[in-house]
Amino acid sequence: MKTKAIPGTFFVVSAFVLAVLALIQLSLMPHAVPALSANALLLVVTTLLACSTRRLCSTLFAVSLAVSAAWLISLPYHALSTAVLALLAMVSVQRLAQASTPAGAVAALLGLWFILFWQILVTGYAVPQVILPAPIDILAALVDSMSLLAGDLVQTVVKSVLIGYLLGCGLGIGVALLIDRVPFLQRGLLPVASLTSTIPLVGVAPIAVMWFGFDWPSKAAVVILVTFFPALVSTLAGLKASGKLEQELMYCYAATPRQRLLMLRLPAALPFIFSALKVNATLALITAIVAEYFGSPTAGLGFRISTESARMHMPVVWSAILVSSLAGSLIYALLVRLDRRVNFWHPSLRGDAAAK
Amino acid sequence: MYAPTSAVVTLKPTASTARPAIKVNQANVIYPAADQPVHALKDINLTIRQGEFVSFIGPSGCGKTTLLRAIADLEPITSGEVLVNDMTPSEARQAGAYGYVFQAPVLLPWRTVLMNVMLPLQIQGVPPERCDEIAREQLARVGLKGFEKKFPWQLSGGMQQRVSIARALGFEPKILMMDEPFGALDELTRDNLNQQLQQLWFNAQRTMVFVTHSISEAVYLSTKIVVMSPRPGRIVKVIDSPLPAQRTLDIRDTPAFLQLAAEVREALVEGHHDH
Amino acid sequence: MTINRRLQLHALPVGTVLLAAFILWYLLAFALNASGVIDRVLAPRGPWTSGDLIYASLNASRPLLPAPHQLMVDIWNSITGWPVTSPRTLLLHTWVTASAALTGFAMGVVLGVLLAICIVHSRTLDKALMPWIVASQTIPVLAIAPIVLIILGSVGITGLLPKATIAMYLCFFPVTIATVQGLRSPQKMEMELVYTYAARRLDTFWMVRLPSSLPYLFPAFRVAIASGLVGTMVAELPTGAQAGLGARLLTGSYYGNTLQIWSALVMASLLGLFLTGLVTLTERLVIRQRKGA
Repeated sequence: MKTKAIPGTFFVVSAFVLAVLALIQLSLMPHAVPALSANALLLVVTTLLACSTRRLCSTLFAVSLAVSAAWLISLPYHALSTAVLALLAMVSVQRLAQASTPAGAVAALLGLWFILFWQILVTGYAVPQVILPAPIDILAALVDSMSLLAGDLVQTVVKSVLIGYLLGCGLGIGVALLIDRVPFLQRGLLPVASLTSTIPLVGVAPIAVMWFGFDWPSKAAVVILVTFFPALVSTLAGLKASGKLEQELMYCYAATPRQRLLMLRLPAALPFIFSALKVNATLALITAIVAEYFGSPTAGLGFRISTESARMHMPVVWSAILVSSLAGSLIYALLVRLDRRVNFWHPSLRGDAAAK
Repeated sequence: MYAPTSAVVTLKPTASTARPAIKVNQANVIYPAADQPVHALKDINLTIRQGEFVSFIGPSGCGKTTLLRAIADLEPITSGEVLVNDMTPSEARQAGAYGYVFQAPVLLPWRTVLMNVMLPLQIQGVPPERCDEIAREQLARVGLKGFEKKFPWQLSGGMQQRVSIARALGFEPKILMMDEPFGALDELTRDNLNQQLQQLWFNAQRTMVFVTHSISEAVYLSTKIVVMSPRPGRIVKVIDSPLPAQRTLDIRDTPAFLQLAAEVREALVEGHHDH
Repeated sequence: MTINRRLQLHALPVGTVLLAAFILWYLLAFALNASGVIDRVLAPRGPWTSGDLIYASLNASRPLLPAPHQLMVDIWNSITGWPVTSPRTLLLHTWVTASAALTGFAMGVVLGVLLAICIVHSRTLDKALMPWIVASQTIPVLAIAPIVLIILGSVGITGLLPKATIAMYLCFFPVTIATVQGLRSPQKMEMELVYTYAARRLDTFWMVRLPSSLPYLFPAFRVAIASGLVGTMVAELPTGAQAGLGARLLTGSYYGNTLQIWSALVMASLLGLFLTGLVTLTERLVIRQRKGA
C-alpha cells in the first residue's frame, strides 16, 4: 500500500492559515483583548506541532491543544480562533483513531470536544436559554435540583421502570416456557406477539391512568405491557435455536423433557433472551417517561420534563434528560456485562476475545 | 497418549459362540416423498456379535448412516425387526445400552470439557462426585488429561472429537456406534485417532459399529466389513477380516491388508454396477 | 415454507388465540364497567335484572373498557360521520400522523444509510461515532420531544417538520446499525475476490456491499417505522398540537372520553400494522427481483 501522507494534512494546513490570519487580525484590531492574541499565538504553535507525528511532538501537540482550548472558553468569543480550534480538534480525533486506543477513547474525545464547542458557540452567539442552554448552565441546574431529580429518579426508574421491566420480562419468559410444550399456542401467539411490536403500545398510558390511578402503578403497567411481547417472542425463538444434532444427542441419552430444557435448550436460548432484555431496558425507561406525560403525581422524570418545559426552565429540563440518559446507559451497561458473563461461549462474544 | 492397561487380553472369539449384540431381521426403511417413496433400506439382514468391530461402508446414499441410526432408535423402521441386546432400539436407548458418536463433536459450548463428558452421567442421575471421577477417567483414556477446564472452542477438531468419544464411553456401554466420526479431520489426525480407537477397542472388547466411506479406515479398524450399495440401500457383501486383533498403523502395508482392501473395493464396484 | 402452507399452519391457532382474546375482552368489559354502570345508570332507574346489567355494562356511555362492538361503531362513526376535511374525523388525524411518520421515516432512512456508509468507509468515524450512536438511544428522545417542538416553534417551524424530525431521530438508529452490519457482512472471500479484480471502493460498494446488506435492511426498516410512528404520536402530545392520533389520545384523556381514547388507539394500531405491511411488501418486491435474477 502507498504510504499515506500525515493524516489530516488538509486540516493542519488550513488551521495554520487561519491561525496566522487570526493573529494578524487581532494585532490589527485596536481594542483587542491581549489574551486573545496570546491564545492565537499558542494556536499557531499548536498547528506547527501538529505537522510531525513523532512521540514528543504529538505529546506537546496534545498538551498545547488542551491548554488553548481551556483558555479559549474563558475568553470573549472570536470566530477565527474557534474555527482554528475546531480544525485542530478534528486532527486530534483523527490522530487518536489511527493509534491503537481502547474502545471508547476516541468517542470520549469527540464527546468532550462537542461539549466544549457547544459551550463556546452558545455563549459566543448568546443563544437564548430557551432554545439551547450552555453546558455550564445545565451543570449548575443539575447541582441545584439534585434532590428534586433524585426523587424523580426514584419515582420513575426505581418504581415504574424496574418493577415494570422485571415483571414484564419475567412474564414474557414465563409464558414462553409455559407454552413450550404446546406448539398450537406457540403458532397462535407468536404472530400476534410479533404484530404488537408494530403498534404504539405507549398509547395505552391514558387508559392505564384511568384504571390504575395517577401514581407509578399505571406507568409500571404500561412498561409491563411493552416489555412483555419482545421477551415472549425472543424466548420462543431462543428455545427453538438449539441445533438438530444437539437435540438428537439428548434423545440418545433418553433425557426427560425437563432435562432437555434445563441442560440444552435454556442455555442455548439465553443469547436470544439477553438481546431482548437489553432492548427492553431502554424501551422500559422511555415508556415510563412518556407515560408520565399523560398524568403523573408531582414527581417523576417525565413529569419534571413536561412541566419544566412548559415553564421554560430549560436548564432543569436538560439536566433531567441528562439524568435519564445516564440512568439508561448505566442499566444498559450492567446488562451488557451480565450478558458477557452468561453468554461467554457464544461466537459473537467469543470473537472479540479471540481477536485480542 | 492414553494410559495403557496392564491386563493381559485374550483374542476375542470370532466364532458364533459369542452372543449376538445386534440383530437386524428383514429391516426396511421407506421415506414417503412427493413423487415416489425412497427405499432407504431394503431387506437388511445382519448379525453383529459381541466384541466385534463392524464397519458399514458404501457410497453416499447407500443407507449406511440410516442403518446405524435405525439401530440407535434415531430413525423409525418401516418394517422388520431390530434387536439390540435382545431389546428394541427404544428400550436399549432408555437403558443406556449403547453410546453414539455423531459426525460432528456436538459439544455444548457453555460447558467445560469435563462438564461435557459428564453430561450423559448427569442425565442418568449418577451422583456428582462419581460423575466427576468417571469423566476424568474417560478423558485420561482418550489422552486429554489436563484439558478438563478448557472449553470446546479452545480445542482442535481432533481433540473435540476425542472428547465426544470420551463422553460416549462415560457409562461404559457395551456397544459403541460411530457415524463417520473422523470425516472432518485431516489425514494425520485421522490416522492417529484410528490407532487410538483401535487400541481402545482391543483393550475393552466392546462391540463397535462404525460408519465410514474410507476403505483403508474400514479395513484397518474392523473385524467385519459390511459393504452396502444405494438405490435401494442394501447389503452387498459381508467380509470377515483375517487380520490380527492387535494392530498398528504399519499393518497397512502388509499384503493381507492390501488384499482385504482390494476385496472391499471389488464388492463396492460390484454393488455400483448392480442396478 | 410457502405462503400457503404458512397460512394453513398458523390460521387456526391464530384464530383461536384471537377468538379467546375477544371473549376475554367482553368478559373484562363486563367486569370493569359493571360497578360504574350500577351506580350511574341502573340504580337511579329502580330494580334491574342481570340481563339489564349485562346490556348496560356493554353499552355504557363512559366505559372503563369499551366492548368491541362499541369501539367498532365509534370508529365507523368517526370516519364516516364527518366530511373528510373536518377536524373531527378520525381519518384526518390518521393522515396527519401517517404523513409525519412516513416523512420522518424517509429522512431517518436517508440519514441512517449515509451515516452507515461513512462509518464503514472511515475508521476514524467508526471509532468516534459508533459509541455515540449506540448511546443516543439511551437519551429518551421521546422525552425531548416537547422541547424540540417548543424550540422549533419559537423559531417559527411548526406543523409536520418538527414531528418528522423526532420520528427521524427514532428511525435512524436501527437503520444505521443494520446498514453497518449489512455493509460489513460480505465474507472475507467475496471481498478478496473483488479485490483481485482491482475493483475501486465505489465498485465494491455497489457490487458487493450494498446487495448483501439488503436482507439486513428490511427488518430494521420495520422496527424503524414502528418507532417512527410512536415518535410522531408522542410529538403530538404537547398542547399546541391540534391534529393527529396522539393529540386525539390526549384530548380524550383530558375530557374523560374513553371511547375517543380507545378509537384513537385502535386506529394507531391499524396504522402501525399498515405501515409495517408496506415495508414487508416492498421487501417482497425487492428480494423477489433479486432471487428471480
